Amino acid sequence: MQQKVKTNGAAAFDWVGTRPVRPDGVDKVTGRARFGADLAMQGQLIGKVLRSPHPHARIRSIDTSAAAALPGVKAIVTRDDFKDQPSQLIPAGEQMINYRDVVRNVMAREKALYEGHAVAAVAATSAGIAKQALKLIEVDYEVLPHVIDVVEAMRPGAPLLHEGMITAGVEPAPKTPSNVAKRVEVGHGDVAVGLRHADVVVERTFTTQPVHQGYIEPHACVASVSEDGQADVWCTTQGHWMVRAQCARLLGWETSRIRVTASEIGGGFGAKTVVYLEPLALALAKKARRPVKMVMTREEVFRASGPTSGAHVRVKVGARLDGRIVAAEAELKYQAGAFPGSPVQPGCMCAFAPYDIENVKVVGYDVVTNRPKVAAYRAPGAPISEFAVECVVDDIAARLGMSPIELRLKNAAKQGTKAAYGPKLGPVGFIETLEAARAHDHWRAPLGKNQGRGVASGFWFNVGGETSVSLQLNEDGTLSLTVGTPDIGGLRASMCMMAAEELGVDIESIRVQIGDTGQLGFNFLTGGSRATFSSGMATVEAAREVIREACKRAAKLWELPEDAVEYRKGAVRPAGANAGKHAPLTLRDIAGLAGKTGGPIAGYARINAQGAAPSFGTHIADVEVDPETGKVTVVRYTAIQDAGRAIHPSYVEGQYQGGVAQGIGWALNEEYIYGPDGRLQNPGFLDYRVPVASDLPMIDTVIVEVPNPRHPYGVRGVGETPIIPPLAAVANAVADATGVRFADLPMSPPRVLAALDDARARGKAKI
Amino acid sequence: MAKHHVTATVNGDPVEFLCETQDTLLDVLRDQLGLTGTKEGCATGDCGACSVTVDARLVCSCLMLAVEAEGKAVATIEGMAEGETLHPLQRKFLDHAALQCGICTPGFLIAARALLEKHPEPTETEVRYWLAGNLCRCTGYDKIVRAVLDAAAEMRGA
Repeated sequence: MQQKVKTNGAAAFDWVGTRPVRPDGVDKVTGRARFGADLAMQGQLIGKVLRSPHPHARIRSIDTSAAAALPGVKAIVTRDDFKDQPSQLIPAGEQMINYRDVVRNVMAREKALYEGHAVAAVAATSAGIAKQALKLIEVDYEVLPHVIDVVEAMRPGAPLLHEGMITAGVEPAPKTPSNVAKRVEVGHGDVAVGLRHADVVVERTFTTQPVHQGYIEPHACVASVSEDGQADVWCTTQGHWMVRAQCARLLGWETSRIRVTASEIGGGFGAKTVVYLEPLALALAKKARRPVKMVMTREEVFRASGPTSGAHVRVKVGARLDGRIVAAEAELKYQAGAFPGSPVQPGCMCAFAPYDIENVKVVGYDVVTNRPKVAAYRAPGAPISEFAVECVVDDIAARLGMSPIELRLKNAAKQGTKAAYGPKLGPVGFIETLEAARAHDHWRAPLGKNQGRGVASGFWFNVGGETSVSLQLNEDGTLSLTVGTPDIGGLRASMCMMAAEELGVDIESIRVQIGDTGQLGFNFLTGGSRATFSSGMATVEAAREVIREACKRAAKLWELPEDAVEYRKGAVRPAGANAGKHAPLTLRDIAGLAGKTGGPIAGYARINAQGAAPSFGTHIADVEVDPETGKVTVVRYTAIQDAGRAIHPSYVEGQYQGGVAQGIGWALNEEYIYGPDGRLQNPGFLDYRVPVASDLPMIDTVIVEVPNPRHPYGVRGVGETPIIPPLAAVANAVADATGVRFADLPMSPPRVLAALDDARARGKAKI
Repeated sequence: MAKHHVTATVNGDPVEFLCETQDTLLDVLRDQLGLTGTKEGCATGDCGACSVTVDARLVCSCLMLAVEAEGKAVATIEGMAEGETLHPLQRKFLDHAALQCGICTPGFLIAARALLEKHPEPTETEVRYWLAGNLCRCTGYDKIVRAVLDAAAEMRGA
């Protein structure tokens, strides 16, 4: 069941808040929509990547001569084809990137740092020949000891991935290198002082495993480079301007030479914000003078892209008997994979962000291990830290005999709360989500045998950023809207709706497309829950420019000053007593007269979207635990979240439901499993088990609307927050059902059964 | 080795193609016949994105050799609508917003049609188990299941 809670006066809109069919929908139910692997170019070659079988090895030499001699092989690239890059941190999405590392991740240089690390790439006239050629490439490896676990990687004497790496953020700087890339700290007040006023203190240690974003569409691209160096890339990405920038940098080409077109994207969840294949395909295409198509296999996706961090987390929270939290601290150790850059910073920022706490301190460590370099995954870093905190908050409530919702209400962040990471919050809807949870019939529904109920909340800050949009008024009065943020889950629908709302026209009169990098100015990527917020803001600005221009043209025709006309419901009308009695001029009328009144009419917005506002969510989960097998089944679920305003409520609900499913997978099933040899043992959907339809119940939603005052329609980003609460909501429900607190994810049947058996032996299990 | 000559129908149209022994039906549909609506998500039969029917039986086209299509009737997503009229499942997927990125959608539609041909009145649980071989990472399945149940009800009424 889907519900809506509005906290503002009901604004009346024609389009915003309705549920039209999405403009790209028909193409997607008929198989017409073209995704990354769906394009074939005339004369294209197929590119394949040779990957390291070792988790850690020095590359002494690479001999490609036998492969190059194989008939049908047209180009081979290795580390020698990419210039080394200096160490330099550059903002890229919610995380920073360092081109010194990017160039090494797309193609191993001195060492292979994880099983699956690219070592060479071949382009040949068929996939079969390319694969045959890979077998002919001789790589001389010096196999080195490896380290997979984050705690082991931090120990003195652990195998070093980067021999010269000195931990940043520590004063004075350590004298010896380690696998700890960085230490970060956020907080305020004095935790030791705060804890002196605590009546109860709970401290626990948690572990989570790396999980993959698990998009169904593997990475794919087609690249071509003409004889005069003009390059085109078609690829599945969350940000084609990012692809252009990174390829230009890695190849040493001018930005204008590369045009990137974003295909339809078959899921990304953060992991399609980095380049893997694109620079290789361009380098191969340039060498071969033929287009090159590259598509990862599912196994390559698992071994060489994503996932997110696994982590080791310690949380300590102290509260008074009345439920007020007086002090909180956490220590987060996040795996970054082979190169620095885990999402530990946002993990630190978000850990205690739902709460107004006087004394708080969070310390994070970014730790390299011999695993694929982590990529962003939906609210990067936050599900891990907030899982641990939300479990401890639940324990505090149990110790105090308080309802976990009341405890949260007592400590909830609200407008004016100073977040641990610095800023004061604007208007936010956290309390409203808790109140909606308390009022929901789910919260009071009876539970069956072996069942338990858990609640947990989540916070994500959301971002804005650079955005360009163009809106052309066509000769017949219809409109062409071009936005630059790839549409992963209904963006084109919400853009049309906001444009139609502004212009007072029918949504069907606007056709929207995702422009390529040659059609618009820079667009930051679809990430940070920014697309509807930022591209929406720019679309509104572009529409207002069209309106201003339309007014100007009408005023000219009527020989009136510009302030004597107004735009209302799709037409320019005379305004005020002295304007005369002119019949309204519709957009269509004005479009038809454009050639006679000054030429084409268009709006073009280029903004750096400011004012992104956080989104809070509160989820309720019911689980049933099988006492014989340890299998946990989610039997009822309700996701409540502040959307600011839901432009298209169906797709907002969809974000909530999809985030919940991923969070449940993270909590119960999903994990990267490594053998002692440092090799991934489950690189496929059979053994890396994402939730399927029969694993889940219907997922009820409640959209809370506390508008973001900085957006013309009140939008907050909604995509990321929903993956945060499920981990703890499910864990808290399992604790309620069994009497056992599970601090290690995933709560897979063997783990749950072992813990139940142990608890039963000690007489501590409820089932 | 010489290629195999295969004659079949795809969406009712006669087709002929030459294929290697190891080519899958999915390879031929996508790379030779230009029918890219059928997707490859895993190539191991775990995700269902490549679902088609062969002589009305639901199969993962990544697990079937192209030579096995000899004399068979293959149906893909491209043949699901009749002219400009969408199949009720296609329409209900749009009405219920049962897709986000859309990469799994063709597979779900083909699998759901096969379900409704066999069981016109499935329960929610039957829909969930029938579609358990189709992975969706975006929607949490809620709106997909609702769309299938709604389409089933409409098709029974029609």
